[in-house]
Amino acid sequence: MSESLFAWLLIAPAIVFIGFIVAWPLVETIRLSFTDADLGGENWIGWANYAELFSDPKFYDIVWRTFYWMFLSVILKLVMGLIGASLLNAAVPGKALFRVLVMPPWVIPIAIGVIGWKWLYNGYFGLISGVLQNLGLVEDRVALLATKTSAFYSAVVTDVWVGTPMVTLFFLAAMQGVSRDLYEAAWVDGAGRWYRFRRITIPQIMPVIVSMALLSAIWTFNSFEIIWILTEGGPRGATTTLIIDTYKVAISSQRFGEGAARAVVIVILLAIFSLFYLFFLNKVNKRYGAK
Amino acid sequence: MLMDRYSLLQKIGIYIGIFIFLLFVLLPFIEMFRVSLRPLDHLMTADFTWWSNDFSFQAYRDMWVTVPLLGRYILNSIFIATAVTIMTMVVVVPAAYSYARLDFPFKSLSLGLFLAVNMFTGAVLLIPLYRVMRTLGLLNSYWAMIIPGVAFLIPTGIWLLRSYLEKIPKELEEAAYVDGASRMYTLRRVVLPLAVPGLIVVATSVFIGAYAQQFLFAITFNNQRELQPLPAGLFEFIGYQDVTWNQMMAAALTGVLPVMLFFLLLQKYLVAGLTAGAVKE
Repeated sequence: MSESLFAWLLIAPAIVFIGFIVAWPLVETIRLSFTDADLGGENWIGWANYAELFSDPKFYDIVWRTFYWMFLSVILKLVMGLIGASLLNAAVPGKALFRVLVMPPWVIPIAIGVIGWKWLYNGYFGLISGVLQNLGLVEDRVALLATKTSAFYSAVVTDVWVGTPMVTLFFLAAMQGVSRDLYEAAWVDGAGRWYRFRRITIPQIMPVIVSMALLSAIWTFNSFEIIWILTEGGPRGATTTLIIDTYKVAISSQRFGEGAARAVVIVILLAIFSLFYLFFLNKVNKRYGAK
Repeated sequence: MLMDRYSLLQKIGIYIGIFIFLLFVLLPFIEMFRVSLRPLDHLMTADFTWWSNDFSFQAYRDMWVTVPLLGRYILNSIFIATAVTIMTMVVVVPAAYSYARLDFPFKSLSLGLFLAVNMFTGAVLLIPLYRVMRTLGLLNSYWAMIIPGVAFLIPTGIWLLRSYLEKIPKELEEAAYVDGASRMYTLRRVVLPLAVPGLIVVATSVFIGAYAQQFLFAITFNNQRELQPLPAGLFEFIGYQDVTWNQMMAAALTGVLPVMLFFLLLQKYLVAGLTAGAVKE
């Protein structure tokens, strides 16, 4: 048997899986986006779904909100991850235990953690409202998921919470991989901690930072459970991202054609973003000397 | 060593920082536990208090009555994640070997296409996926939650395992070939035993992925209660008018406990393995 035939045989099962579950549905989504498919049947209607979508000012709000949601959440995750990893990297007694305590959000079903947050945000009995009242910071109960702005930022906080442990542990591992000689040389030269962090730690772990940023960005863009369980996209659309909007149109209202057009837009936006980012990643890797 | 020494003030600062960071990470768990200890009527009517005298573990007994299928949900979650992990590994191992060791046309293009799958989630492809599941007659079965899960975890699995396999020295395989062993025999008897640590790490990461995301496919492709995984099963109760919150929280905490304990006990090995990709560069 030739080497290439053997290679392709080994890959075949993976291709079959991806073909059935990803590639074929993707082709179908594109086809459906040109139809008015619903439970009743489907007719070819050309670009009508897209025309309707792009003439709807609300849709631009949703696109803008999705990118804002993604950027804000990813930046916060990276910042939290850097802070957390630096703290856990400090040589203090108890660090082994602290590292274990970061893990729980990572190893439970996301939906379960979100149910906990939903309670925290509750205005009647939630801890956040209760503590704010006890401290006298607010007069009345604050129902964080009930007003537009607070609901959006509450969802961001929950998304950051879901992503923080993984980012933290990856950064921590990268920090531990940085050669001690670099730090020692800098230390001998009298460089302080902050200087060593900025000039050694950050550049050394930069490849990990940028790859975690891309992964987090894709996950956050596609994140469904968090918003769906907290607010189902409300109040009055304040937390409706592209994914939520697509789910509502396609599954809740069963307007398959219109939903498919939204799904195609998501795929195109993510593809453009990823290509852009990979180009950037390449530059970063060159600059910092990683392969 | 001297460089690592902190002044007392710095030490206090670090501990305060760690405390705040861990408080954020563990806050929902702390709150879920607090809620699970309080009687329902007190929970809803009384003003917020940190501590109260009526704490009890009653909800941990009552929940089995309120959520009769709770035990089933917990097992379903573990079963689905395990099945996804096994199927994913069966598909990933040969493919990863192929990418690590063999040379064939369109190698990097096809690997790139696999990785591009990471850009999609089930949510984008739900409509046709629903039809595929219906056509295959898989709706309302475990398969409806297992098969899509496998597909979306394959690309990362291939990527991770490939980098492990690349680190195994080639000489052993070459020796096997010289002795006349077939490719398949070499893969099974030489490469796989050497790759066991890597296999464990990749399987763990697949399991975490499969366990964390048991919601969308479950609420969309399955309406059979006995088959629901924990998150979807509990979510149904939260939709009711009178939610017995204390019991829901008790159920949620109890439900995640087995897997969480498993990971916390093994964390030393897992974190090192899972994040190995981060250090490699």
